[in-house]
Amino acid sequence: MFALGFVLGTVTGIPLSFQFGTNFAAFSTFAGEVIGGPLAFETFMAFFLEAVFLGILLFGRDRVSDRLYVGSSVLVMAGAWASAFWILVVNAWMQTPRGYELVERGGETLVRLTDPVAAFTTPRLPWLYVHMTNAAVVSVSLLIAGVAAYFVWANEESEPWAHALRVSVAVLAVAGVFQVIHGDAYTRHVVQTQPMKFAAMEAAYQTKQGAPLHLIAFPRNLGDILDPRAENLVSVSIPYMASMLASMGDPNAVVYGLEEFDVESPPVAVVFWSFRTMVTLGFWFILLGVWGVYRLRKGRLATRSRHLQLLWLSTPLGFVAIVVGWYVTEVGRQPWTIQDLLKTDAAVSPSVTGIEAALSLGGFITLYLLLLAGFLAGCKWLVDEELERIDEATAGAVAEPDVTPDPTEPVPDSGGDGP
Amino acid sequence: MIPVDGYLAPALPEVWFGTLLFAFAMYVFLDGFDFGLGMVYATRDDEAEREQLLAAFGPVWDANEVWLVAFGTLLVAAFPAVYAALLSGHYLAVFGLLFALLARGVAGEFRELNDDPEWRRICDRLFVVGSVAAPFCLGLIAGGWVFGSGIVGLPSLVTGLALVGLSFVAGTAYAALKTRGDLRADALALGRPATAAYLGTLLALVATLVALDPLGAGGRLFDPAPLAAAAATVALPVVGLALAARNRVRAWLWSVGLGAGSLVLLVGTLLYPHAYPATGLTVRDAVAAPVTLNLLTLVAGPFLFVVLGYFVVLYTVFSGPVEESETGYGG
Repeated sequence: MFALGFVLGTVTGIPLSFQFGTNFAAFSTFAGEVIGGPLAFETFMAFFLEAVFLGILLFGRDRVSDRLYVGSSVLVMAGAWASAFWILVVNAWMQTPRGYELVERGGETLVRLTDPVAAFTTPRLPWLYVHMTNAAVVSVSLLIAGVAAYFVWANEESEPWAHALRVSVAVLAVAGVFQVIHGDAYTRHVVQTQPMKFAAMEAAYQTKQGAPLHLIAFPRNLGDILDPRAENLVSVSIPYMASMLASMGDPNAVVYGLEEFDVESPPVAVVFWSFRTMVTLGFWFILLGVWGVYRLRKGRLATRSRHLQLLWLSTPLGFVAIVVGWYVTEVGRQPWTIQDLLKTDAAVSPSVTGIEAALSLGGFITLYLLLLAGFLAGCKWLVDEELERIDEATAGAVAEPDVTPDPTEPVPDSGGDGP
Repeated sequence: MIPVDGYLAPALPEVWFGTLLFAFAMYVFLDGFDFGLGMVYATRDDEAEREQLLAAFGPVWDANEVWLVAFGTLLVAAFPAVYAALLSGHYLAVFGLLFALLARGVAGEFRELNDDPEWRRICDRLFVVGSVAAPFCLGLIAGGWVFGSGIVGLPSLVTGLALVGLSFVAGTAYAALKTRGDLRADALALGRPATAAYLGTLLALVATLVALDPLGAGGRLFDPAPLAAAAATVALPVVGLALAARNRVRAWLWSVGLGAGSLVLLVGTLLYPHAYPATGLTVRDAVAAPVTLNLLTLVAGPFLFVVLGYFVVLYTVFSGPVEESETGYGG
């Protein structure tokens, strides 16, 4: 599954290096001198490292020493985390740009780097990096826990999967709690640096003291679905809560509404619901994790239970949370591609026609759906195979009780190794 | 810390233009033999032989493909205006390339997940189609870049065919190096018609340039530097065939690689001093400001050599023919 996921990650990641140019040519010309460096650093420090040593990790077991094999797995991990760093350097700069000046060149205005250190360590970077990498830990611990729960449900005798379940549930509990606490603080950073994004996250149209937190909200008028007016909102709300969250406790703090900003609003419904989905899932992961740790302490984690059932049903939800989280970040920043510097309608490629854009988008949607279907089918086949294997393994152990500690059973090392 | 008023060296823009072409050459050759392996694959229907070819392909294709990303990201870092104009100007060809790479990349992985013959047939078809379409689309983009002939212009189409031909030659050499038995003998034999086809596309390219003279490229072809590069482009694969006839397969692959390098050198000599002739942008017009280029030199420059070291490790680990135990993907 790791290999399959990695290959899909590679082939879907490569287009990104080119889409800045194909679809956002004006953005690339405008900001290339700032964002190009980190993108190239990502390639040379991270992408090559991952790709080369992944080859050794997946195919080289019989060709290399144990030391180089273990080293390769560490290097693949280092490459992945370095890759996340440099790509988030670019994204963080687009959220909170600094370290640049605007210059004229060949009749065009563009961004020139003045202070690389400031530009590559913008205020957003630590928030984004910690939130994203921890989200990856949460998602993958849930993935492992979900798959392990499925196998344990199917066969309670499978000790390697019970072990995987124990480790992943403990990681899920810790990382899940941290994610929500960190996310709360991160949101206050957004309040300060991108108040309009926060207004969209909370569907706040009017600036208010003591603003309520809407648990759910709908505009009365369907036409306002993407740009609601506060006076037309049907909502279930907690009074003063948005103000308290935004200010760390002051119920009368001012929350700025969308009316304050003289640019068009982002599509509020997308941002509002994405944010709620992400936060709800965040609390759900804590519940699964903490409940799991409780059952672990009681010694009942690896037995058939409602908890195991919910865990394996939740297997893919970590990835859903990551995707909707990015919707909040990216859609919430609209109409800007670079905050307060370049609007999205000025960032797109002027020469690309609507037909071309539609063709490529249609191609992407079709191909990515096929990839998703292939990935899910592949996972199912891998799971079925493993199910047969552990049934045979445990059946053998029952038949010959004196060989119960099966030496052929590898101890899972909590990292993903190849198939 | 980073000088902002001038380039670290006066010729730094040219150095980075050369580095960019180097990344392109690495890609054309290294992923070229992956593509070619996909074409050789199409000629075999024995399951064990196909597994051998996939086992030769598996460990290296991902790393090879990163040279394309290196080309793209160095282009946006050092020549942002060229990056923007080239990619948005060849929109459909770029997506053709990306989709072909995507299909080619997942097909080998997906194939091994299920041994249902129908499933494998679909995956095999994706693998082969992707392996042919990718170099063709890359050639369309390269042709548009050098000759300004767009996606459907004759020079672009012929360049596309030339890259398919080059990949086929490289693929036969790589297959001969990595396999045993009948497969190896047939790959060696296939080298001759493949090289003939490749030389045919090069001849067609020269004829097209002389007849149409796109952006004056036909005229400049006979300047000393392009002429030398063109001669090497044609001569090296022929030398390679002679080496193959003496069973020196590794030397054959090297000479095909140097031939690919010569082809990219030819591209460079036809382009320079322009970075993108169709837009009139020269290397000096399009290059990023000193601070960006100096930073790129100091930070990414050393890593270029580190990366070459990774490739030495990779190809040392996976040197020699595929072992019996390695048949299959992810084995």
